Order: sequence, then C-alpha cells, then structure tokens
Amino acid sequence: MLDIALIWEMRDLILQGLWNTLWICLLGCLLALSLGLVLAALRLANPRLFSYPVACYVEICRGIPLLILLFLLYYGGPSIGLTLSASVAGVVGIGLYGAGYFAEIYRGGFKSIPKGQLEAARMLGISPWHALVRIQIPQMARLIVPPSTNQLIILVKESALISIISVDDLTKNATTIVNQTFQVIEPYLAVALLYWLMIELVARGGYALEKRLANRQPRHIAQKDNAHANG
Amino acid sequence: MFEILLNHYPVLLKGLTTTLVVSLSAIALGLVLGVLLAFGLTSRYHLVRWPCGLYRSFWRGTPILLQLLLVYYLLPEIGIEIAPISAAILTLTLNTTAFQAEIFRSGISHIPAGQIEAARMAGISAWQTRRRIIMPQVFRLTLPPLTNEIITILKNSSLISVIAVTELMRVSEQIASRTFQPLETYLAAAVLYLAVNLVLARISAYLERRMAGGLATE
Repeated sequence: MLDIALIWEMRDLILQGLWNTLWICLLGCLLALSLGLVLAALRLANPRLFSYPVACYVEICRGIPLLILLFLLYYGGPSIGLTLSASVAGVVGIGLYGAGYFAEIYRGGFKSIPKGQLEAARMLGISPWHALVRIQIPQMARLIVPPSTNQLIILVKESALISIISVDDLTKNATTIVNQTFQVIEPYLAVALLYWLMIELVARGGYALEKRLANRQPRHIAQKDNAHANG
Repeated sequence: MFEILLNHYPVLLKGLTTTLVVSLSAIALGLVLGVLLAFGLTSRYHLVRWPCGLYRSFWRGTPILLQLLLVYYLLPEIGIEIAPISAAILTLTLNTTAFQAEIFRSGISHIPAGQIEAARMAGISAWQTRRRIIMPQVFRLTLPPLTNEIITILKNSSLISVIAVTELMRVSEQIASRTFQPLETYLAAAVLYLAVNLVLARISAYLERRMAGGLATE
C-alpha cells in the first residue's frame, strides 16, 4: 500500500532536509542551553537587579508562539538593520525561545537544594566556590536533566516551524515532495518517523545521563567504603 | 506598534477571536477524548492499552505542523472535503487529546490504590468509581499541567495560519504585507498572545488556590 520506492527516489531531498533540521536544532539548542544558563546565573548573582527583567523574559517566551518570534526576527529584523538568513533566524529564534524555558529549569534546580546544606558547608569552612562546584552543581545536574530533556524534545519538534520562514528543513522538503509527486502519506510519514527517531535519541540520551548522574555519587562513596573495608 | 494596534484593532480582534474559538474548542474536545484515552492507557487489558499507547506516541512524538499538513492534505485524498478551520480544530484536538491523556494518566496514578479498592469493596462499579471518585480528584491535581497545555495549544494555534485560517497570526501577516511594517505588526500580535496567556495563567492560579484543600491524597 505504501510506496517505499518513492521515498528512496526522493532520498536526496529528505537527507538535505534532515541535515538542515539537525544542524539548526543543534546550534539552536546549544544557544538556548547557554543563554538560559547566563540568565539564571544573572538572576542568582544579583537578584535585586536581574530578577524582574529575567522573569519578564521568561514570561514572554512562555506567552508568545515561536512562530511570532521567528517572523519578528526574519521579517521584522531588517527594519532595525538586522538582516538574517532564514537558517540563522531559525537558530537565533530557537535559541532565544528555549533560553527562557531553560533559565527557569536551572533556577528550579538551584532553588530545590536546601539552604541548610550551604550553611553547613560554610560552617565547615568550605569556600563558596568549592560548595558550588562540589555540592550544588552535582545535585542540581541530577534534578535538571529530566526537564531539560523534555524541553529539548519540544524544541526539536518546534523546529519544524522554520519551514514556514522558508528554511529547507525536513518539513519543508516533505511538502515539496508532496507537491511534486501528489503522494501525501509517504513523504509525511517518512519525515514523521525521522522526527520521532531524533526525539527518541534525545530521550534515550537524557535517560542515560540521568542514570549516570544518579549512579555517580553512591558509587563514589561505595568505592571509598570498599577501600576502607579492604584496608 | 501602538499605531498598528490602534489602526487595525477590528481585524486583529477578529483574528484573536478565531484563535480563541479554535483553541478552546480543541481543548474542550480534547478534554473529553483525553479522559477516555487516559482510561484506555490505564486499562487492565493489553489489547486496549497497546493501541492507545501507539496513538499517544504518534501525536506526542511528531511536530504539530507536520500533523496539521498531514490531516489537511490527507482528508481530500480519501474523499473528505473539509474547511481549513475544521481541519485545524481536528488536528489540534487529536494532538491535545494525546497530551491531555498523558496528564490525566499521571493524575490517575497519583490516586492511592486503597481508594479504588475501598470503592470496589463497597460495591461501587468501575465506571462510578472513575466518575465519582477518581476524576474529581484528578482534575484538581492536574490543573497546573492542564493550564500549560491550554497555553501550548493557544500558541500552537498560530500554525494554522499555514493552511490559510484567518486567525491572529494570519491577520498579522496580512497587515504586515499591507503596511510594510512587519516589526510593529508582529510585536502587536505578540502582545495580544502574551496578554491572553497571562490572563489564562492568572485564572488558573486563582482556581488552584480556591480548590486547594479537600484532596484525599495527602
């Protein structure tokens, strides 16, 4: 029933789309992760100055569609002298949009560490930097991996929107194939399968990371205990 | 931006109304279907659980834009002529059904098993247990994620501009191409989306406060 040969014939378009989706997602997500970190760090470093602006930024990311942001960058940018190619607008759009969500995820992770731990660390004469690197970040990492994985998955799916600002990504090229061959099901299903595969990979990666982080501390302690017992 | 809002507010408001009508109908339909799908996902029977899980995987695991294009182009192929706005509501409904079902499934799993066992002991039927005992608590438990889902659907409804439904996004595109002021126009649209979503978040926070307490899960 399904015409698999059609997909094979159109493999060049599909691979080109896959490549564009992949690199734009990758760069966009990296930008989102790092910009989110900067926003969260600013808010923590100087709450009085940065809490309000960062909170506003987060609310804006949550409240407006990514499509609007992409249109603002791609079509609105030139009127303030900011001319971006469609793919760059895609990367920047995904980055700016995701940053708001990641800033909130990092903050949530940071806030969930009991204050008592830090006070105890200070009492023990552990420097603030040491406490951050050895006490706060390892615990935070474990907490923020699951929501970050979720958010990355959302960003990969939302990256389909860059096809609307004329990037030749998976979705756009699937539509091109539909228009050329008048076959609807095969191209869209093939591309849906590829998205699903990408998302599955992100989910698996997140899960593996989560397990590794969860294992790290007990193993470390367990090793020490063993050494002690053996010695 | 303010100029655009002032000069074009009748069309913008009309677009916003379409956005709201489409999103809220999808949410309402998805609520009913989502509850049913959640029952399917938590069913005792493998034969019921499996297809429900497959449905959930597809609609949660692929981009909503792709789903929209698939529905919009596929229906005429199989002989169903449907207006763009109906195709839009249909796609958003099928999509949000999967997400809402997952929210409800997670809510159902938070209801202590003892309650359900007690209900069975008391001779309450499975259906009555769901209707009178499980779901009232689940709705309260899942209000925050449900609000997020409503906001997500409202934001995603901007995609239906692609199949030429004249909602807020489409109207803004038309204004932008007429006035040659894309930046101002899309900013105005962004402000409208933001305002609606902030109001929704406030209403939800208010409801959550009012309904706090009375939960049997504590």
